[in-house]
Amino acid sequence: MTAAAHTHQPVKQSRFMRRALPYILSLPALLMCIGILIPFFTAVYYSLLRYRMNLPAMKGFIWFDNYLNFFTDPKFWNTVYISLVYAALTVGLELALGLGIALLLQRPSRFNNVVSILLLLPLMTAPALAALMWKLMTHPDFGILSYLLTLVGITDFKWASDPKTALLTVLLVDMWVYTPFIMILLLAGLRSLPKAPFEAAALDGVPRSFVFFRITLPMLMPYIITATLFRLLDSIQQFDIIYAMTQGGPGDKLLVFQVQAYLDFFQSTNVGRSAALMIILWAITYALSNVFIKQWLKLRERAHGAA
Amino acid sequence: MYDKEKGLFDAFVAKKLSRRELLKTTGKMGLSASTAGMLLTQAQTRAMAADFDWMKHKGKSLKLLLNKHPYADAMIANIQTFKDMTGMEISWDIFPEDVYFDKVTAALSSGSSEYDAFMTGAYMTWTYGPAGWIDDLNDFIKDPAQTNPNYNWDDVLPGLRASTSWNGVPGGELGSSDAKQWCIPWGYELNNISYNKTMFDKVGVQPPNNLGEMVEISAKLTKDLGGPYGIGVRGSRSWATIHPGFLSGYANFGEKDFNVADGKLKAAMNTAGSKSFHKDWVKMIQDSGPKNWSTYTWYQVGTDLGAGASAMIFDADILGYFMNGGDNKEAGHLGYAPFAANPAASAPTPNVWIWSLAMNAAGSQKDATWYFLQWATSVEHDLFGARKMDFVNPVRASVWKDEEFRNRIDKSYPGYLHQHDVSAPGAKIYFTAQPLFFDLTTLWAETLQKMVANEVPVDEGLDAMATEIDNKLVEAGLG
Repeated sequence: MTAAAHTHQPVKQSRFMRRALPYILSLPALLMCIGILIPFFTAVYYSLLRYRMNLPAMKGFIWFDNYLNFFTDPKFWNTVYISLVYAALTVGLELALGLGIALLLQRPSRFNNVVSILLLLPLMTAPALAALMWKLMTHPDFGILSYLLTLVGITDFKWASDPKTALLTVLLVDMWVYTPFIMILLLAGLRSLPKAPFEAAALDGVPRSFVFFRITLPMLMPYIITATLFRLLDSIQQFDIIYAMTQGGPGDKLLVFQVQAYLDFFQSTNVGRSAALMIILWAITYALSNVFIKQWLKLRERAHGAA
Repeated sequence: MYDKEKGLFDAFVAKKLSRRELLKTTGKMGLSASTAGMLLTQAQTRAMAADFDWMKHKGKSLKLLLNKHPYADAMIANIQTFKDMTGMEISWDIFPEDVYFDKVTAALSSGSSEYDAFMTGAYMTWTYGPAGWIDDLNDFIKDPAQTNPNYNWDDVLPGLRASTSWNGVPGGELGSSDAKQWCIPWGYELNNISYNKTMFDKVGVQPPNNLGEMVEISAKLTKDLGGPYGIGVRGSRSWATIHPGFLSGYANFGEKDFNVADGKLKAAMNTAGSKSFHKDWVKMIQDSGPKNWSTYTWYQVGTDLGAGASAMIFDADILGYFMNGGDNKEAGHLGYAPFAANPAASAPTPNVWIWSLAMNAAGSQKDATWYFLQWATSVEHDLFGARKMDFVNPVRASVWKDEEFRNRIDKSYPGYLHQHDVSAPGAKIYFTAQPLFFDLTTLWAETLQKMVANEVPVDEGLDAMATEIDNKLVEAGLG
């Protein structure tokens, strides 16, 4: 009885503890923030230096020269171009394919559930391993895909080793790995849509294309934007698939940001240039994220307004 | 009984007993091969320890950073000898080559003292040396208090000693009198022809004697074999595409990568001779190279030869060595030939890759580390690796003269010794030593890829590349 009464007594907090509690509770987030910000600002600092580790005598503060040099460097613009093309194509194609598959698997059934789980398997493969697997499958002498092409009369197809088909090859690998990600997100979205609008449309005999473009797609848009944002951020920072397949070649055909920055740092020990490239990539990523998040917020506001 | 056996092997190591006499006596004693091997190693250890205080750093522990390689395997197989002789402990981290040099760069650039010594290539020291990440080993080699009197530094092949020393001046001659010894050669590979004898016999051709013949014979092999391609060379977008067969052939025509004048570098890849060489090389790959050449590293070049997918390679001789054994499909069918690309040249000029050992400048036990380095690069360990393991190519002249080693190689790898002996006098690094080596050589590989893909004509491509390289040199204060 005494013990029970004791446990119900309100805990007296000192004035200091009351004031400090919010800060103590937010300490983990603060530490996390510091852990992210220190490397970020270190990279910003390095990007303002002429700093090649093997030419220490030349190290010095050059303000924005690394950035300004990029404007007149055709290799940099090639990197920007190929990174954006790669990101746009992977996201566009994966979105179309992922949406198509999600629509096919929309109706919950045992078969559809099993298929959707099986389709997720590539997503569980490390992208670098997937690239090596595809490298074998596309080998001109013994690759299964090269063999299949010969059956339809296409011989001597060089896949990633030909400048004309290198982008297509890495796109295929990216699509194989990441389409399931978009598919599962959109499938979850499709299955959570309210049934009433669809039932009403069916009663009125509305054509299927109208239902898709005027009901399904607008209602699915928050999910599409979320999936696009995640994939866009990821694919503009692509490294492992491209590096494992071609090291950025043939020639300079696949020298995307991350591959170029990696080579600048680890191969050339050009810390300043590498850091500047990564800061530009961060700026592009930040700008794209902002655009998508604003769109997503607008859609949410519209949905709340409609409700 | 044990003392008698000990005395026998000590006498052999001291060269008071011939190999024939040793074998005869051990046979009479009924010693097994493994026991004899163990006793020989112990005797060599005692001989090494006789004139030098190997126990000076007893109780210390060293840590190594190693690449997964037969040279590292040979060292690990013999490491107990070092531990017994010095009383030191050794541990190591070992990584596959794909990630090895990234790990080295990360470890050294961070100033970490975790690793005392590590494996490196000579080209890498052109980055590590000027960055201050490694020590000049001349300070140890030339110090009699630190180096055992039997170390015999001059026994290391002169081209390799020179190729691993540089004065740090961009364009400075390798092995000059003011050069620093950035690393110690451990094992090396030179670039020659390894070929499939069965395929050559089937088509009725002999190994080519110059680049023109190589282009023709490769094309004939590709055409007549109806499956395997004629010639395997590297093609990935990497500096490693340039350094083996390509540069060996290029240098044989007297062509250079850079001209050095008044301490400034200028690209020399767009001369008429260079353009002519590039045209032949590009044609050879287009006509007779692997279909996905632009992704080929040493691994694909080697395994294609071993698997019978290619008829010949112009690459590291040790690739041909390793593909001629083990469970490779073409094991036992491979032959070797020295190769001088220029018909007017008197001898081959193979560029070399030298696996070496270097000392971490941030390490805290440098004297003890030097004890390890001098043991690992000693005649005794080199001989152990060459006789008992796959430690090819050894870097010491005395090991190349060793009867047991030569007999073993000649028996199992006919022609290998000949290609080496003919080429070794001209084997050295033919690149100009300079800090932008990796950037500029990768750019060279990139341009070669564009030429092979017919994206750019050879003349135009080389002129554009030379301009780009000159700009980069000026930007870095080197041109």
